[in-house]
Amino acid sequence: MNSNGNVIETRNINKYFHDPVKFHVLQKVSLAITYGEFVSVTGKSGCGKSTLLYILSTMDTDYDGELLIADQSMNKLDGEGLAKIRNEKIGFVFQFHYLLPEFTVLRNVMLPGLKLKKLSEEEVEHKAMAHLKTLGIDDQAMKRANLLSGGQKQRVAIARALINDPLIIMGDEPTGNLDSKNSNIVFDIFSEIASAKKQSLLIVTHDEDFARRTDRIVVMDDGKIIS
Amino acid sequence: MKKPVILEISQTLLLARLRQSLIAAAGVTFGIAMFITLVSFMTGLNKMLDSLILNRTPHVRLYNAINPSLDQPINRVGEFDNSLNIIRSIKPFDSRVEIYNTIPILKALQSDPRVIAVGPKVAAQVFYNVGVIDLNGTVNGIDVKTEIKSFSFNDYIIRGDAADLDRVTNSIILGKGVADKMMAEIGEVIQITSAKGEQVSLKVVGIFQLGLAAVDDVQSYASLSTTQKLLGKNDSYYTDIQVKLTDISLAPSVAKEFSKIYRVDAEDVQTANAQFESGTKVRNIITYAVSITLLIVAGFGIYNILNMMIYEKMDSIAILKATGFSGSDVKRIFINLSLIIGAIGGSVGLLLGFVFTSLIDQIPFKTAALPAISTYPINYNIIFYFIGITFAMATTYIAGYFPARKASRIDPVVIIRGK
Repeated sequence: MNSNGNVIETRNINKYFHDPVKFHVLQKVSLAITYGEFVSVTGKSGCGKSTLLYILSTMDTDYDGELLIADQSMNKLDGEGLAKIRNEKIGFVFQFHYLLPEFTVLRNVMLPGLKLKKLSEEEVEHKAMAHLKTLGIDDQAMKRANLLSGGQKQRVAIARALINDPLIIMGDEPTGNLDSKNSNIVFDIFSEIASAKKQSLLIVTHDEDFARRTDRIVVMDDGKIIS
Repeated sequence: MKKPVILEISQTLLLARLRQSLIAAAGVTFGIAMFITLVSFMTGLNKMLDSLILNRTPHVRLYNAINPSLDQPINRVGEFDNSLNIIRSIKPFDSRVEIYNTIPILKALQSDPRVIAVGPKVAAQVFYNVGVIDLNGTVNGIDVKTEIKSFSFNDYIIRGDAADLDRVTNSIILGKGVADKMMAEIGEVIQITSAKGEQVSLKVVGIFQLGLAAVDDVQSYASLSTTQKLLGKNDSYYTDIQVKLTDISLAPSVAKEFSKIYRVDAEDVQTANAQFESGTKVRNIITYAVSITLLIVAGFGIYNILNMMIYEKMDSIAILKATGFSGSDVKRIFINLSLIIGAIGGSVGLLLGFVFTSLIDQIPFKTAALPAISTYPINYNIIFYFIGITFAMATTYIAGYFPARKASRIDPVVIIRGK
């Protein structure tokens, strides 16, 4: 894996909300994350940390400034191209687990891999099972996703984020909805990913304990990075 | 399991909402079944009504019309070339209904590749003598073998045998109306008087019924030679030549061509039966209008159900987009969903339509006017089934397109942050 340069980099990102009144949410935000770095973003509610995350995730395209993922500019890509980047290079874990309730746990984990089509269906399935096993939920693989507990669902979401070996995994309050025991499990999984596989992590969180244990804390206030 | 992931997602969503999907499919099924039933039944009726006339109508008929000559002597006088000549009350003069040069014309027609059959005909005005009363009528001298083979003559013979016209000299087949009035039975001898005043005795060998009183009450058939004798003419005297073509749609152009080559009048079947054509058209329009209405209603059902499904599945759509499915992938998922409903509903509809038409085909439908028909007529045409399934797919595609487009435009950030 390329260890020179940054996995993700922003240059002077500005964003405005127009509704109900014009509001400058992000002000000249510049941030760079290197390969294998475990970064947490903290700050008060409304400081723009989630907004920044969704811009970094390429889902929100309404901003000025430059966004580079693996040294490739995102500004010129269309919806199709961005979807491909998300599929291949980014993994997501959300506060609410956002699994597809109609599918089995295994299928949920496999879908982004089937979309990528780099591996055959059998290989994707094998890989998904391996991830579920390391996360300790391989016994739930054939269950429908909506039958799992909160902690289990979050682990399924992590397995799904890992399926295409992304360069970076992003999380929006991934432990916000979990008790401390499950939070710890999730943290351990994350730090394992960062150290063992050299995948970067960018986690937005309110949880002070969680943040303190990461490699680097980015603190935001009023749309600016203050440290 | 080697199916594309998009299709798998469509299928899973469909099965998760099985009851709604089935109701949507039932709408399509009903529409298509009604379309097949209506169109098969309607065109069956159309065909029956048309064949009533068309089977016995030649595609092109060659004859000499009695018309005043357009070429008046004054036109041949050079000194009036630059004048406007108006002649009133022109009457036809010495017109002969006989076609000239019949033998070479018949030969030429028979070797024409577009022509299936050529039937010469002699029409003779006669009086049927019933006691002291004379009934007006027409005897058609026909080439019996050609008529039976190419103009379905046998279908309309309700008693007796058409081939007897050739076997029995001086024989006749009477129209049912004529026979009833003369109280003539097969084997009896009747008297008729030709227009020239000659009286002839003919033996009745059969009775035909076309189902149209205007024909059955006046027409009768005899062999060519019998009719020629009746008129006192030789055996190359023909008044009409009936031509059957390989392709009926060629009739108008072929009629024009023959008219020019053989210098006779030629009438094509489309011109002769224009009113039947327009009746058929109107019935077809009604059939298609009703079916399309049914399908549009079914389409609205699908539209509603998909719209609802998309509102329920906002979260799933957002997550699909977050994990790398593009807007067009999402659109395809929902269009697939709609097309699956259309394909299943449509196919069941075709099957059901076939069952319905088969049932209608069993219902007895007997009428004195139509001896060849015993049940309601149904036109089983594979084309209708193609049109039906195409309709089903097209309506469901359109009904699915708009909700699918809406789904493709859902902004995942709004959904994910909105929680």
